[in-house]
Amino acid sequence: MGKIMLEVNQLTTKYVTRANEDVYAVDHVSLKIEEGKSLGIAGESGCGKSTLALSLIGYYFPPLHYMSGDIIIDGKNISGLDPDTVRKSVLGTDVAYIPQAAMNALNPTRKVYKFIEDVIHAHGLDMTNKDIYDMAHKRFEEVGLPEEALLKHSVELSGGMRQRVVIAISTILNPKVLIADEPSSALDVTSQKMVIKMMREMMDKGMVKSMIFITHELPLLYNVTDDIMVMYAGQIVEKGTAKQMVFDPVHPYSRGLMRSILVPEAGTRDVKLTAIPGTPPNLKHPPAGCRFADRCKYAVPACKVNAMPIMEFEDNREYRCGHSVQHLREVYEHEDRAE
Amino acid sequence: MKTELNNEAAVKAGPNTEGMNQEQLRQLEEGVSLKIDRNKDFSNAPSVLRGEGVTRIFTTGKTRTVAVDHVNFNFHKGELISIVGESGSGKTTLSKMLLGLLEPSDGTIYFNDQVRDISTGAKKRAYWKGIQAIFQDPFSSYNIFHKIDSVLEDCINLRGGKNLSKQEKYDMMTEACSFVNLKFAELTNKYPFELSGGQMQRLMIARIFLLKPEILLADEPTSMIDACSRATILDMLLKLRDETGMTVIFITHDIGLAYYISDAVYIMEHGKFVEQGPAEKVILEPQAPYTKRLISDVPKIHEPWDLSTVG
Ligand SMILES: Nc1ncnc2c1ncn2[C@@H]1O[C@H](COP(=O)(O)OP(=O)(O)O)[C@@H](O)[C@H]1O
Ligand SMILES: Nc1ncnc2c1ncn2[C@@H]1O[C@H](COP(=O)(O)OP(=O)(O)O)[C@@H](O)[C@H]1O
Ligand SMILES: [Mg+2]
Ligand SMILES: [Mg+2]
Repeated sequence: MGKIMLEVNQLTTKYVTRANEDVYAVDHVSLKIEEGKSLGIAGESGCGKSTLALSLIGYYFPPLHYMSGDIIIDGKNISGLDPDTVRKSVLGTDVAYIPQAAMNALNPTRKVYKFIEDVIHAHGLDMTNKDIYDMAHKRFEEVGLPEEALLKHSVELSGGMRQRVVIAISTILNPKVLIADEPSSALDVTSQKMVIKMMREMMDKGMVKSMIFITHELPLLYNVTDDIMVMYAGQIVEKGTAKQMVFDPVHPYSRGLMRSILVPEAGTRDVKLTAIPGTPPNLKHPPAGCRFADRCKYAVPACKVNAMPIMEFEDNREYRCGHSVQHLREVYEHEDRAE
Repeated sequence: MKTELNNEAAVKAGPNTEGMNQEQLRQLEEGVSLKIDRNKDFSNAPSVLRGEGVTRIFTTGKTRTVAVDHVNFNFHKGELISIVGESGSGKTTLSKMLLGLLEPSDGTIYFNDQVRDISTGAKKRAYWKGIQAIFQDPFSSYNIFHKIDSVLEDCINLRGGKNLSKQEKYDMMTEACSFVNLKFAELTNKYPFELSGGQMQRLMIARIFLLKPEILLADEPTSMIDACSRATILDMLLKLRDETGMTVIFITHDIGLAYYISDAVYIMEHGKFVEQGPAEKVILEPQAPYTKRLISDVPKIHEPWDLSTVG
């Protein structure tokens, strides 16, 4: 087993709304990523993916509050640090974060290389602007970006180029963990592929030591990450390798998600596309038992009462459901045969 | 930690079905499954919308953009057509011309085999009884000052139901809402912005249910929706098509989605249709280099995704 780059234990965070109500968007989340590995996080919008990303980087500014749990990056526990310290000494070096829609957030009046000076200065590194430019140039070359991009304003770049530039800037200090929230969702397929290719190369060359990739697009996750975690209503409901999750999901919700995949491949037109009726629960008042029970066609009365912990099965797989894996598989097999 | 599992006992009881309507119960029981007849042949079906050399040029200052460049198409009654292209390829411009919201710079559009005439306000309104749209952002297509009741009532009035009794209108609105799994009683007196994105999208389909247009144009109708609710929306659209013989024009950048739902696919690049034909043919045996690239660039789950094709 490789060195653990990120370890999260029972992390719980919440929003406190202006009406002083609690929204439990990240509830007892645990995960581990080894050096060189990537983890995908999937789930419907509102399930807490972006909140988990913010929580992992220790961005605890109101209305987001840390409740409990540990975030350990390469042996260093950052969960107790105050958010300003985190911003200064953790972000960029230990963990880099690409927020949703980051590519549109660059200040349009500054040239690209200026942002890199900002990053270096923010970390108090003693480098001349010439050194910074040379370093940036070298990095751009290594990841296949043209030098001209450094000298342009962000608005002069195409969407795909801008997003690659954002990623190159954010990771210039070789972070241990890169957390990317929907980094390619707004892009056309070819630009998306270029972004993904660059991220892959950065992983391969060790410029980024591990990665969390958030998206609701499952075929993309399947191709990008080693492992996939499915979130539902603030909790992890299943985790496994990308292959296991797409072709052998165990949790009824993961199964529903995987059966909503549409890809332009022979045979896929004959597969029955299924939907999960209903909507996720309100996170201000999450149900006492299983959070998915109200939408689950396999639910039994006990599901509404007993909140299940996440449990391990087979090799390193995890799921959260009151039914046994064997039972679920039997039911699925029966259904598949009936189709 | 390995845990053997427990509450296996009562497998019969089922989920919380309180307050669900018949359709929701059915969905829970069977799952939504799109029933699509793959063997329909539309080549002899009547043409509802046809275009010859349809073009739109925008001129701003010195720049001249040919947003739609001499496209030809023929959409048949009851057919589901997808127009697929990347952003900027001209999809929205074309849909505006189809809807009569934007004048073509060149070319002719035929509606039911007659040259389309929308030269007066009255003729336009008559045309709009035949073609309706659902937009990408459902919020943008409602008047925020109109309550949902009046949004739906307008549809009834537009279809000549102005003089129906209050009760008859109420029944129609209730029926339309229940078709899309909304409860009219819960929506009445609300404003559109009080609804969630998903509810809003359903309300749009409820409108179409009342309007029963010959042609429905949907510009990225599911792009704001999660994959698992997407099937529900698509199911509703397809049911509506099967019940009314409506032609559906689906504008999308999602080639997997287009492949799944369409009878015919048109691939658009820089304002031109570079390839068109039955979905099975266009997607599985693409001929145009652009179509080949699009398909190869979409991540898949059975075939490997070859990253080496991009620089
Ligand atoms: N600033 C906020 N204040 C209160 N609740 C919020 C805030 N931001 C997000 N939420 C809620 O937290 C939940 C998780 O949201 P988010 O993490 O953005 O989900 P995702 O990224 O999976 O779409 C949602 O129910 C959302 O409404
Ligand atoms: N009102 C307008 N004025 C000038 N150019 C426009 C206008 N609308 C669209 N365009 C241009 O036409 C092209 C096609 O745009 P659009 O139809 O919106 O494409 P899509 O919907 O496929 O993204 C783009 O280059 C766009 O910039
Ligand atoms: Mg998000
Ligand atoms: Mg558009």
